Amino acid sequence: MKIRVAHLYPDYLNIYADRGNIAVFARRAAWRGHELEVESIGVGQEVRPGDHDLVYVGGGQDREQALIAADLAGKPGLVEAVEGGAALLAVCGGYQLLGRFYRERTGAELPGVGLFPHHTVAGERRMIGDVLLECELEPGRVRTLAGFENHAGRTILDAGAEPLGRVMAGFGNDGESAFEGCRVGRAIGTYLHGPLLPRNPWLADWLLAQALGHRTGAEPEELPPLDDGLEAEAHAVSASRAHARGGRY
Amino acid sequence: MPGKVLGFLSPDAVEQLARRLPLGTALVSATNGKTTTAAMVAEIIGGRTRLAHNSSGANLVSGVASTLLSSRGGELGLFEVDEAALPEVARRVRPRALALGNLFRDQLDRYGELELVAERWRRAVEALGADTTLVVNGDDPQVGDLARERDGSIVYGLDDPSQAVPALQHAADSKWCLRCGTPYEYAAAYVGHLGNYRCPACGHSRPPLDLVARSISLEGLDAVRFELVDAERALPVRLALPGLYNVYNALAAAALSRVLGATHDEVQDGLERFTPAFGRFERLDLGDRRLLMLLVKNPTGANEVVRTLVAGGAPRLAVLALNDGIADGRDVSWIWDVDFEPLLERLERVVLTGERAAELALRFKYAGFDPDAIDVVPELERGLDRGLDLAPEGSELVVIPTYTAMLRLRRIVTDRGFAKPYWEQAA
Repeated sequence: MKIRVAHLYPDYLNIYADRGNIAVFARRAAWRGHELEVESIGVGQEVRPGDHDLVYVGGGQDREQALIAADLAGKPGLVEAVEGGAALLAVCGGYQLLGRFYRERTGAELPGVGLFPHHTVAGERRMIGDVLLECELEPGRVRTLAGFENHAGRTILDAGAEPLGRVMAGFGNDGESAFEGCRVGRAIGTYLHGPLLPRNPWLADWLLAQALGHRTGAEPEELPPLDDGLEAEAHAVSASRAHARGGRY
Repeated sequence: MPGKVLGFLSPDAVEQLARRLPLGTALVSATNGKTTTAAMVAEIIGGRTRLAHNSSGANLVSGVASTLLSSRGGELGLFEVDEAALPEVARRVRPRALALGNLFRDQLDRYGELELVAERWRRAVEALGADTTLVVNGDDPQVGDLARERDGSIVYGLDDPSQAVPALQHAADSKWCLRCGTPYEYAAAYVGHLGNYRCPACGHSRPPLDLVARSISLEGLDAVRFELVDAERALPVRLALPGLYNVYNALAAAALSRVLGATHDEVQDGLERFTPAFGRFERLDLGDRRLLMLLVKNPTGANEVVRTLVAGGAPRLAVLALNDGIADGRDVSWIWDVDFEPLLERLERVVLTGERAAELALRFKYAGFDPDAIDVVPELERGLDRGLDLAPEGSELVVIPTYTAMLRLRRIVTDRGFAKPYWEQAA
């Protein structure tokens, strides 16, 4: 089956190996007999609700993010697409920009998209290092995510909002709450890059399953397993790094 | 270490020692190429001038201090300087000349974002004395712009559209106009975002060049030929180092050497005599086999290594070594921004080693490389030996390591009685 992906601002938001995440989606879909069709959505182009099964928003350096922030905040189709059941992954800067607002150190506020129930406040010191999370996207099924974070913003979830996971090692959203990321239905936002998906293939498969669910209109079904020996090895090294040196200034 | 002790003993020791150098100090900084550029300058002017030169690559304030301290009778200070350390070093040594090469995304966990480094450089240049001559790469928008307000600066760049790449690489950074944010249009893009750019909206464009390389011809993995042209002369040069990025290094070295008083002939001779700085396209003899060591540190540098290898006939076997120490960058995500794909087309087998070997394996696997043709051997010495076992006798094994992996691999080779330790080579 064809999985239609909207990749937002690939020319601007492409730092920290965002294209690695796209490559993982493409290969893991292909290994199950599905085809990924990636459409780049740039400045001035609208997201058409219903046209995409999976949306990807990566991270950028501050300059690049500032160049697209206003355009992104003016894309109402994005929220509508996710409300209509499309899956979404937003990493780092993309995760921040999809919240309600970003408050700079000067007090100035950049409006966000409002897709995730959180806001972000610029902090004094950057939170940089390896991270390990424990996630339970489905009740009773606990899995870990290993990655790398590098952000000055402290992201504060609204009361009752669902984090992506609990921080076992590292800083997470704000360095205090032990929450990392945010989940709204099939939409996932996180600070973890590294890139995220190669060493955490279960999350790639979960998102692909949600995207296929959107495509077919049926309940998402778990994808058949693959040989993930190398992925597990990379995950183990990254997790041990997080335990050894994550969450420290 | 001595440098750190010195800083502790006397806070202005660097200033005092630098002031004693009768011919003053020259600094070189860049994301990529500072070690090679400084080594080229040393080759050009070292014959007639005694240098205090941090040739081992110790390029923080402490490294400059210890080089100054251990230098006996040095006449001229020649220092490569870490990008982030540049403002402090420049403030302390008050250089007579400063050469700035390029700014690429590099180890964001350590340096922060590109824009932060660029802003520090802008302030460092503003703080320079009027008697400091600035040498800049005009092909890099952020770097070339630094010379706009300073009369007497030397601007260099490439002028050979036949060497341009058809499209900007994935990791290209400064591709939005500095003034207005519109994407630059490139008449020619050479390395990353380096090239002949112009903003179609506001007209911000590459500054006029004082020193250019023309008629460039790449000779595989062995050399590159070009014409070095300024207002007075056109010098043919054969550099025994491959790749366009080394033409940039040669331009920076030529411009800086001229500022320091070298003649055209000295520049030409020095560049033609030059042999690679350690780990940078260095060939190491291992008896019945040779190693070709190509240091990689960031996406743009690695892209140029890949491009040069492919242009010279890509290898069928290679060893790649990825560590994640502080000097390598703890964040290994940069390997996903490297365009390894052209290398994979001909590669039949790859040995991946270093602490993060498994990450490299994923990079290759998700690029479509057959996982069965990947050997993951994290321990470096075993990884090197695995590569040597697979390499036919008499052949040259391509080894692509990050910084700390390169130091360790060189040490392994040295311990086996082959290459000289770098501190002997540098002396």
